[in-house]
Amino acid sequence: MSVPAADITNWIDSPEYKELNFARKDLVVNPAKACQPLGALICALGFEGCLPFVHGSQGCTAYFRNSLSRHYREPVGAVSDSMTEEAAVFGGQSNLIEGLKNAYTLYKPGLMAVFTTCMAEVIGDDIKAYVDNARKQKAIPEDFPLALAHTPSFKGSHITGYDNMLKGFLEGLAAPRRHATHLRLYVVPGFDTYPGNLREYKRLLRILGVTYTLLPDYSDVVDAPNTGEFKMYPGGTPLAELQEALNASGYLFLQTYSTSATLKYIKNVQKIPTETVPMPIGVINTDKFLMTVSQMAGKSIPAELENERGRAVDAATDAHPYIHGKRFALFGDPDLLYGLTSFLLEMGGVPVHIISTNGSAAFAKDMEELLNSSPYGQEATVHLGKDLWHLRSLLLTEPVDMLIGDSHGKFAARDAGIPLVRIGFPITDRVNLHRYPIVGYAGVLNLITMIANAFLEEKDRTSTDAYFELLR
Amino acid sequence: MRQVAIYGKGGIGKSTTTQNTVSALAEMGKKVTIVGCDPKADSTRLILHSKAQTTVMDLARERGSVEDLELHEVLVEGYAGIRCAESGGPEPGVGCAGRGVITAINFLEENGAYTADTDYVFYDVLGDVVCGGFAMPIRENKAQEIYIVTSGEMMAMYAANNIAKGILKYATTGSVRLGGLICNSRKVDKEYELIEELAKRLNTRMIHFLPRDNEVQRAELRKMTVIEYNPKHPQADEYRSLAQKIDQNTNMTIPTPMNMDELEELLMAYGIMEE
Repeated sequence: MSVPAADITNWIDSPEYKELNFARKDLVVNPAKACQPLGALICALGFEGCLPFVHGSQGCTAYFRNSLSRHYREPVGAVSDSMTEEAAVFGGQSNLIEGLKNAYTLYKPGLMAVFTTCMAEVIGDDIKAYVDNARKQKAIPEDFPLALAHTPSFKGSHITGYDNMLKGFLEGLAAPRRHATHLRLYVVPGFDTYPGNLREYKRLLRILGVTYTLLPDYSDVVDAPNTGEFKMYPGGTPLAELQEALNASGYLFLQTYSTSATLKYIKNVQKIPTETVPMPIGVINTDKFLMTVSQMAGKSIPAELENERGRAVDAATDAHPYIHGKRFALFGDPDLLYGLTSFLLEMGGVPVHIISTNGSAAFAKDMEELLNSSPYGQEATVHLGKDLWHLRSLLLTEPVDMLIGDSHGKFAARDAGIPLVRIGFPITDRVNLHRYPIVGYAGVLNLITMIANAFLEEKDRTSTDAYFELLR
Repeated sequence: MRQVAIYGKGGIGKSTTTQNTVSALAEMGKKVTIVGCDPKADSTRLILHSKAQTTVMDLARERGSVEDLELHEVLVEGYAGIRCAESGGPEPGVGCAGRGVITAINFLEENGAYTADTDYVFYDVLGDVVCGGFAMPIRENKAQEIYIVTSGEMMAMYAANNIAKGILKYATTGSVRLGGLICNSRKVDKEYELIEELAKRLNTRMIHFLPRDNEVQRAELRKMTVIEYNPKHPQADEYRSLAQKIDQNTNMTIPTPMNMDELEELLMAYGIMEE
């Protein structure tokens, strides 16, 4: 097809182009996902004293660190054993052994998490055997705690890598389950880039009076206080609590799709009492979370939380006119999308385009049920495995009022002339958002603030003098 | 569940031996799964009576992703309830067959191919341990015992010695052990004595000597094992005897591979190599 260059800008906005764009098979433009080792790295940061160790290429490792630093505006420590041409031919064993020795000596970690990039996976490196050899050769002490995960970048996405790594921690470092009475509830947040969310979970669990472990907890690592002193290992779930992880009284998973392998391991292999709730975004999902904790731990919901809920409902009522009936497009990780969609439906918002590059068939089915449960969900279509260029055509041909997603959405939003509310990962062009929870009743307040105020800002910015009102 | 890997030089008769032996095990009432780890995908045709089974990688190529596969599409039941899967792989000369083996084995494990009632899983692995992918079946928590198929021909013995080197590497870190050599006779002079000696040098034993018999070829032409095609034939009893020996084998060792000079000396001592 030949189109004059000057007309191309208009042509790519057309329904005709949309058809071609949707038929596109052999090219991906801006997928809303990252690769497995990035997820594994975030998981590894959540254990106290843990140094993430990438078995594979140095460039990959720089990319993970860079991506995280741009989002958190914090240094992110991770090492690589820098596999090169020779390692591709001979296998990466000597890189791994020397790398472990150097990392152990230089950075004095309490434990390390070893995971892989494409290169090591394609040549089939057996990291378990290599690590055993490293111990035999005394590159690291015989009993040094190491967690291992195979995280081929060409399979799944960052949520798969997070899952594989978390399972690797439990398989490698948790002591066998003893059959006695256990009191500690283990709460698994799943792939969640908000330290604000993790802190909110801890606050709610404290208020409920539950003895718990958040597994893992990187809130203090990616959001460390600036005291003038650099700490290589500023926090995380203590190793001792990881080692006792199979002695949990029960497990509560706060996401569904980012921890499926770990869930199977805990529930089916270890046979520990396990519950799963949707990511607690919105009032309904927060209720589910609190009620499930209350049942699992045998604690009642204190008045303090009932008041919080009341304030969230009040805020929802106050802001209702600004969100009700508005049309939304969303993209991001499946757990996040499920929670956000549920929240929008509560507010009478109308989700229209939902793009999930890394969503599974199970996710699509759950979404269908959720959307069918509300009169506001009838217009929505879930686009599995699609990218942001696909989303752009949707925004231009079937317009909506707002886009919700990470910073990568800003170009499509600009072309469509609609505001982007930044939720997800990465957020590289706004400050502080990761510090504000989007979960719990506090999250309901924050989401309403962000979404309703974005609409109101837009109205003020675009209204003519005659409609520029003090009262909105 | 015992997981067993069969290695040996290309064309030595690994697949034929595996399928006949597995058929004999199935006759004994064992529940067995065969996983072919060779892009040629010829490890299950005698059990399934078909030209070649649809492989994991064939379907992955067709669908674009291994995640879209269902277990029942690639794990098929054949003679005597034996379950068969083939890893498959790329066309010759392109891509990475080793990664194909890793992908396929991961797929089978993740999708619950090895059910609790399985007595044996047999991995029939391509010629040599040429790269990390072909060592996948002997990584930790996979095959614990290995049998090498060989004959008295020099290159087969050379390959057996090489495979022993690969096993040694994994045996020192994991629990994989050599269960023995299977001599698939080529009617070489003093073959029995030669392979017995080779086994001794490799710190293992010749678990069975399979005589050469054309009944195997006659059965193969009909896409069957001898066990199924002509169960009364003496060759069928040979496979039964091998199956029994494997079933009762407790003699698992860490191999002691030889260097090239030692191997040549051995061949000279038995008069194969002229001085």
